[in-house]
Amino acid sequence: MSEPIIKVENLWYQYPESNFWALRGINLEIRRGELIALIGQNGGGKSTLAKNLNGLYKPTKGRVLVEGMDTKEVPTQEIVKRVGYVFQNPSHQIFESKVYDEVAYGPKNFGLSEDEIAERVEWALSLVGLQGYEDVHPYDLDYGKMKLLTVASVLAMKPDVLVLDEPTTGQDHRGRWILADLSKKLNREGFTIVTITHDMRYVAEVAKRTILIANGQIVMDGPTRKVLTALDILHKAAIKPPQVVQLAHALREKGIDAGDPLTVREALEEFKRLFKK
Amino acid sequence: MSEPIIKVERLAYSYPRKELVLYDINFEVNKGEVLGIIGPNGAGKSTLCKALNGLVPHFYGGKYGGRVVVAGMEVLEHTVAELSTKVGIVFQDPEEQMSGLALTVWEEVAFGLMMLGFPKEEIVRRVDEAIKQVGLEGFEKRSPFELSGGQQQRLAIATVLAVKPDVLVLDEPTAQLDPIGKFEVFSVIKRLAAEGSTIVVVEHEIEELATFADNILLLDQGRVKAYGPARDVLTQVEKLKSLGVDPPSVTELTYLLNKELGANLEVPITLDEAIKIYAEALGVS
Repeated sequence: MSEPIIKVENLWYQYPESNFWALRGINLEIRRGELIALIGQNGGGKSTLAKNLNGLYKPTKGRVLVEGMDTKEVPTQEIVKRVGYVFQNPSHQIFESKVYDEVAYGPKNFGLSEDEIAERVEWALSLVGLQGYEDVHPYDLDYGKMKLLTVASVLAMKPDVLVLDEPTTGQDHRGRWILADLSKKLNREGFTIVTITHDMRYVAEVAKRTILIANGQIVMDGPTRKVLTALDILHKAAIKPPQVVQLAHALREKGIDAGDPLTVREALEEFKRLFKK
Repeated sequence: MSEPIIKVERLAYSYPRKELVLYDINFEVNKGEVLGIIGPNGAGKSTLCKALNGLVPHFYGGKYGGRVVVAGMEVLEHTVAELSTKVGIVFQDPEEQMSGLALTVWEEVAFGLMMLGFPKEEIVRRVDEAIKQVGLEGFEKRSPFELSGGQQQRLAIATVLAVKPDVLVLDEPTAQLDPIGKFEVFSVIKRLAAEGSTIVVVEHEIEELATFADNILLLDQGRVKAYGPARDVLTQVEKLKSLGVDPPSVTELTYLLNKELGANLEVPITLDEAIKIYAEALGVS
C-alpha cells in the first residue's frame, strides 16, 4: 500500500466571520492513482473540503498533509502545484484571449523556458482533445470545450492530484460522456482525481471510490458500488442513485436477483443472464 | 377540438448577421399539455423558447420566417410586454432572473404584478396563491438571496405564475441545481402539470421528463429530428444516441436486451414501467 498523497486529519473548518462549522472532524486518506467522487447536497461541505485539499482554505482545526507537507506551514503556491483545482464555472477561470496563452499561463509563472512552455501546452491540449484550437478566443469555444480548456490549463501545471468541481453541470449528455471518458483517461495517465459531482451516472461510470458528505461530515466512504447501492443512506441524503440501481433494487424486493449493476452495460449483462435461464 | 394554445408554423430564424439557428419548426401545444424539448447544447432550444414569448425576434432582431401564435396572439404582431401576460418564461440561472429590487420573497412575486398595474387586493390574492403553488409558504419575509438554489428557482416560477400566463415556458430549470433543488423544482412542475397547466420545458434530465411530458420534441442543429408522444420519441434509442442524447436508462437497457437477446419486451420509459415489465417477464408480479 503506497503512502497517501493527501492525508486529512480531524479537519474542522469555519469560514471567516462565521461561527458555523462547515466541516466537522473529517478524516481521509487519498492514495496516488485513486479516482474519487465526492457527493452530497450543496452546503454539505464538499467544496469546502476540496478547497482544503489544495491549500486554498486552511484548516481551522486539525491538519491537511499534501505529500507530507502541512498546508498551514507551506506556501499555498507549493500546494497548488501539486493539487490542481478546476472550477465549476469556466468563465471564473479564463483570463486570456487565446487558448494557447490560457494554457501557458501556469507554466509561465513557474518560470519555464519558451520551449518547455510550448511542450506543456501541446501536451495538455492534446490530452483534452483541443489541439488545433491554440489561436481561438476561449469565449468562442462552446461550453463543453471551454470546460476542457480549463482542465488543460490546470493540467499544464502537471499537478499530481486534479480536483474537478462539478465538471458535468451545465453540460449536455455528450459533454458528460466526454468528461467521463477524460476523467478515466487522465486517471490512467497517472493523475489522482477527486471529482465533486451531483451526477450519479458520472459517478457510476467513472469513480472507483465514492465519499458521501453531509452536514460537514463523511457519511459514507467506500467502493462506488457499495456507496451507490446503499439506498437507505442515499435516500436520507436525498440522492437518487442511477435508474438501473433502483430497478435492480425494486426487483430484489420482489425476489429477483439482478445483482448490483451501476451502469446500463452492467445491467444488460445481469439481465441477459436472467433471461437466458 | 379547441384551438391549440401554441401554434408554431414553419418557423425559421437567425440572429443578426448569423447563420440560421432554427429551420422549418412545426409543432402545436394544446391546453393542459406538457411538451418537453430535448437535444444537445447548441441545438436551438433556448432560441425556440424565446420565440414563444417574443424576445425572438422583437428583442434580438435578426431574420424571421414562418409564424408563432400563442393564445390567439401572433407573436410578430404583439410586443413582448403584451405577450408577457400570455407566456411566462423561467430560465436556467435563478439568481439572474431576480429583480434585485425586492427585499422579500413576497415583494419579488408582487413586483411583476405591480409593474403591470394590478389593484392591490388582486396582487395580494395572486401573490399568496403563487407562493402556495410552489410551496414557499413561510418564506414570504425572507430575502430572495438567502434562499437555496431550488427555492430561488421555485420563486422564479412563482413570479411567473402570479401573472397567470396561458403557457409556462421553462428553459432548463433544474440544470444548475443540486439533487434536492432538482427534486423540489420537478415536484412543482409535476404538480402544475397534474393540475392542468400548459407547459413547455427544456430538459436534459430525460428520466424525469419521461414521467410527466405528454409530447416530446427532439431538436438538433436547429431542426426537429423527432416530435410526438413522449413514448414514441424516447424509444427511438438509436436516433437519440446518434445525436448524443441519452434516453432513460431503463429504455436503453430494454432496447439493448431486445436487440442482443432477441427478446420481445415492451420498452419502458419510466422506472415504474420497467419494474412492472421486468417483474412480469421474470415470472413475478
